[in-house]
Amino acid sequence: MIEVEGLTRYYGDFAAVQDATFSIGEREIVGFLGLNGAGKSTILKVLAGLLMPSAGTVRVGGIDALEQPDALRTKIGFLPEEPPLYREMRVHEFLRWVGQAKGCSAAQVDAELPKVIELCDLGTMAHKVIAELSHGYRKRVGIAQAIIHRPDVVILDEPISGLDPHQIVEMRQVVRSLKERATVLISSHILSEVAVTCDRVLVIHQGRIVAEGPTDELAQEGVADAVALTLRGDAEGVKAALKASDDVDSVQVREVDGAQRADVKLTEGGARERLVAHLVEVGIGVLAVQDPVSELERAFLQLTRGDASAAATQEKAS
Amino acid sequence: MVARRDLAAYLNNYWGYAIVAALLMLEGLMFNAFALTDRPKYSAQVIEEFFYLTFGFVCFASVILSMRVVAEERQTGTLVLLDASPLQPWQIIVGKYLSAMTMVMFMVACTAYMPALVLVNGKVSYGHLFAGYLGLGLLASATVGLGTLASTISRSQLVAGIVGAVLVVTLVVSWFLAKIVDPPLRDIFSYVSLLDRHFRGFMRGQINTEDVVFFLSIAFVGLMSSTRFMAARRWR
Repeated sequence: MIEVEGLTRYYGDFAAVQDATFSIGEREIVGFLGLNGAGKSTILKVLAGLLMPSAGTVRVGGIDALEQPDALRTKIGFLPEEPPLYREMRVHEFLRWVGQAKGCSAAQVDAELPKVIELCDLGTMAHKVIAELSHGYRKRVGIAQAIIHRPDVVILDEPISGLDPHQIVEMRQVVRSLKERATVLISSHILSEVAVTCDRVLVIHQGRIVAEGPTDELAQEGVADAVALTLRGDAEGVKAALKASDDVDSVQVREVDGAQRADVKLTEGGARERLVAHLVEVGIGVLAVQDPVSELERAFLQLTRGDASAAATQEKAS
Repeated sequence: MVARRDLAAYLNNYWGYAIVAALLMLEGLMFNAFALTDRPKYSAQVIEEFFYLTFGFVCFASVILSMRVVAEERQTGTLVLLDASPLQPWQIIVGKYLSAMTMVMFMVACTAYMPALVLVNGKVSYGHLFAGYLGLGLLASATVGLGTLASTISRSQLVAGIVGAVLVVTLVVSWFLAKIVDPPLRDIFSYVSLLDRHFRGFMRGQINTEDVVFFLSIAFVGLMSSTRFMAARRWR
């Protein structure tokens, strides 16, 4: 559905996106994860036909963004972080207007309107003036305007920003339901949100894609055959005890808040419960047993903390 | 479609009516004070003064009513709805222009009671009235075109209002500038004078093709420039 190759976008001398290459299939929900200013919104705006790429190619449904920007715009539904709404209009009037502005006939919009209103749960608000709606409902109207013309791709820029926890849960349901109609792209700087909502994730940092893959795989990568232990004792004693176990393949130990944090890679067939029993048997206090940090979290943590500081906190066991 | 929405935005907001009402009230007062004086005058003279007064109000209304057309959308973030649509820049600009023109022409139409008063109590040529109102319409087409351009190139409505006012006032007072500069600037300023060179004929009931072409040219330049600017800004 979406093919991006070598996408680069400059603002003056500043490269907001550098050499981004990725492809996205039909009916996927893909999250663009990154810090503020990472380049997420720039990529989404290029895909929405709002910005011209400085270099590279962008194709959506076989349409080249540079050659046919108008055709591209009919295939895309776009919701910026702040929903673009004509506040003086009523919800149904606004959605009709957007549908027609996107090139649909009045009959097509009238046929689509009830479905969109139901999908976005706007039934009770359809005849209200937009200015009277809460922030959560305005976001829903924003999504409704992005899908009223049945686009192939729906782009949502920070769809949960400014929502309360209850509204976030409802918004997730709305976003998940969009998958039945279109490919959905979401940008967010909130890791947990992307992990919960998206099928795949692209981690963006300083305009470059630094990690990519299915959310489940990234979330599980490095988790299934590993364990993170918080142990009481001195570092050398802990290392020796761990290495003495047949369940341990390799281990990294570092001191955290006066305790020893051990990231353990288990051997094939290694079991957490045997390892814990062994540690207790040799007199090491086991304070906590947790899943280790996933690759997704690790990539994101490196972005938020900086590669250097993340590396500095890890001490390799010999 | 753009025109329909924009017109609804004018009509659904009290300030659109408030501006038109305030301008009409001011013009009525000025018409009463300056045109309908105790000094004996020919009806044609009163009508000429009416068109002279209305000229100023049309210029003012054009700037005020057109300053929002694009700048407001940029300020409120709704311009992305148009940018992300397959609508062509010229369709957007013409739609917005037509909505502002409709409001200005509505105001102009509301001034009809003033010449009607003269018509009841005096002798007025319908041709004179037709020429005068045609001139006002052409003037509005030009000044709204300039206001639309100002709104398209400005980030805020306030700046758009200032830029639009500067453009229109420059063209209005260019007859004065023509007196204080040397050729060839003198000829240029003299030619572009909205009031002195191109509107006085309409005030007197004369329709000159040159004036018609001039006003339409200004409108065209305003709309063409707006379209070019919008296209360049939209896809950059």
